[in-house]
Amino acid sequence: MKKVYVNEDWCLACHLCEYYCAAANSGAPNMIKAFKSGKKPVPRIQVEEGSEVNFAVQCRFCDGKACVKGCIAGALSITPEGVVVCDENKCVGCYTCVLSCPFGCIVIDEEGHRIQKCDLCTKNHDGDPACVQGCPNKAIVFEER
Amino acid sequence: MNYVIIGNSAAAVGTIAGIREFDSTGNITVISDEKYHTYSRPLISYWLEGKVTDKNILYRDADFYEKNNVTPVLGKKVTKIDTANKTVVLDDGLSIQYDKLMVATGSKPFVPPMNGLDKVKYHTFMSFDSVKAIRAEVKDGMKVLIIGAGLIGLKAAEALSAYNAQTTVVDMADRILPSILDVRAGMKMQKHIESKGVKFILGTSAEEFSEHSAKLKNGVTVDFDMLIIAVGVRPNTELISDAGGKVDRGIITDMTQKTSLDDIYSAGDCTVSYDASSDTNKILALLPNAYLQGEVAGRNMAGREFRYVNAIPMNAIGFFGLHIITAGSYEGEEYVEETENTYKKLVFRENRLVGYILMGDVKRAGIYTSMIKECIDLGEVDVELMKKAPQMMMFGKARRLDKLGGITE
Repeated sequence: MKKVYVNEDWCLACHLCEYYCAAANSGAPNMIKAFKSGKKPVPRIQVEEGSEVNFAVQCRFCDGKACVKGCIAGALSITPEGVVVCDENKCVGCYTCVLSCPFGCIVIDEEGHRIQKCDLCTKNHDGDPACVQGCPNKAIVFEER
Repeated sequence: MNYVIIGNSAAAVGTIAGIREFDSTGNITVISDEKYHTYSRPLISYWLEGKVTDKNILYRDADFYEKNNVTPVLGKKVTKIDTANKTVVLDDGLSIQYDKLMVATGSKPFVPPMNGLDKVKYHTFMSFDSVKAIRAEVKDGMKVLIIGAGLIGLKAAEALSAYNAQTTVVDMADRILPSILDVRAGMKMQKHIESKGVKFILGTSAEEFSEHSAKLKNGVTVDFDMLIIAVGVRPNTELISDAGGKVDRGIITDMTQKTSLDDIYSAGDCTVSYDASSDTNKILALLPNAYLQGEVAGRNMAGREFRYVNAIPMNAIGFFGLHIITAGSYEGEEYVEETENTYKKLVFRENRLVGYILMGDVKRAGIYTSMIKECIDLGEVDVELMKKAPQMMMFGKARRLDKLGGITE
């Protein structure tokens, strides 16, 4: 399946992917409304900054699927296309998926009550995920490997 | 092929998934003495608290059995496995034939003999019916006595706070959650729960119960309107032991989840697992463990060859908004960081991370879990970065690129 990959040699740690991700998933019509009304939305992609290298990390849609298999509420599931999605109405915020994800890619929402995760922007718009579209350096790509 | 599954929780659902990966046509029958569609057992406290509805307590969608071509036989108890005729016998006398059988019978509340307990009404906290019984009796502001300061007892206390219960928790141990927390973290959590109005009386036990009061061995008397016994659980192993199968503290299986009996598999809280972090056999009563064991068993029941490895104790749980994630074993060299609201302990042995406790700040804990499961040598990671926070940056470039490529199995 097509996944998001990051070329760590090109990542500048500008964090724009985090902004685009958070805004796209906030339900707000634009970036200003997403970040300037109420609680700051939490991105599902996270930039790690190092002394020599930077990169962004989000759900790897890995083979193990420990998050789905361990979910105590049955809130996480896999779509026919292979995308791991969370039913936010079912999630109780136990964080068993946070315990299970080997990449640290399940994030806790702004209220601290439930989780959210990358669903490749399948719920919020068509086309490439917002992080990919927004990366000014083309360090983030969406492709089949 | 006739697959029969005794049990209807996580291990059973994992088994169904495992079978259906490789066999889309075989008959699957699920038998449970509970009358409900598969529901999430750990969610019963959330249901009692009013945070989860009757619909959302379901562990899988309403059409789960239909979609997976499963015949549910609910509200009936299996009384016997007849290995000679390869049938299971139900309490209504009916027999069901199996080619491959899964015993996913879970566990039951353990209620030790206590003076006077036979004369008072008490509740346990294990099934949907048990919380329904509590819901039917609970009244705003009532006095609740909970015996047991473990995961179940404290989840019950949290749920009952939604009814303004005046709750006292009594435990024989001198600290709370001893199965997952160390002394320091236990004290922190105790303080937090006390700040929400729950009272603890530790290091003592009930000497005698009488109607609406318990006399403790330390001389204190606790009055109650409702009594909940949550001292522990015992695995349901009788079906296997009665059939002549090998049972220790729980049902013994090999790494394919097969019991010592032909064509009979077992998974979940009723089984003994191998804990890779401490190199010991123990019962790992955890939902992810149950599901994964079930999945491996199901694949094997469908004729494939899979093994269940890398199991470790692990828990993610919160009480009154304070979250804990723990994993592995706590025997080894320690690194501890503590602030007013957070606690972090990393445990190292043989140049590996073997266990951890995170409280308050649990972000990205799974990276630590993966280090334990994958037995990663500390020589391959930036240990200072690792101590600071779980992050992919701590791995060398080659391993990091390999991991982020999405290959984990």
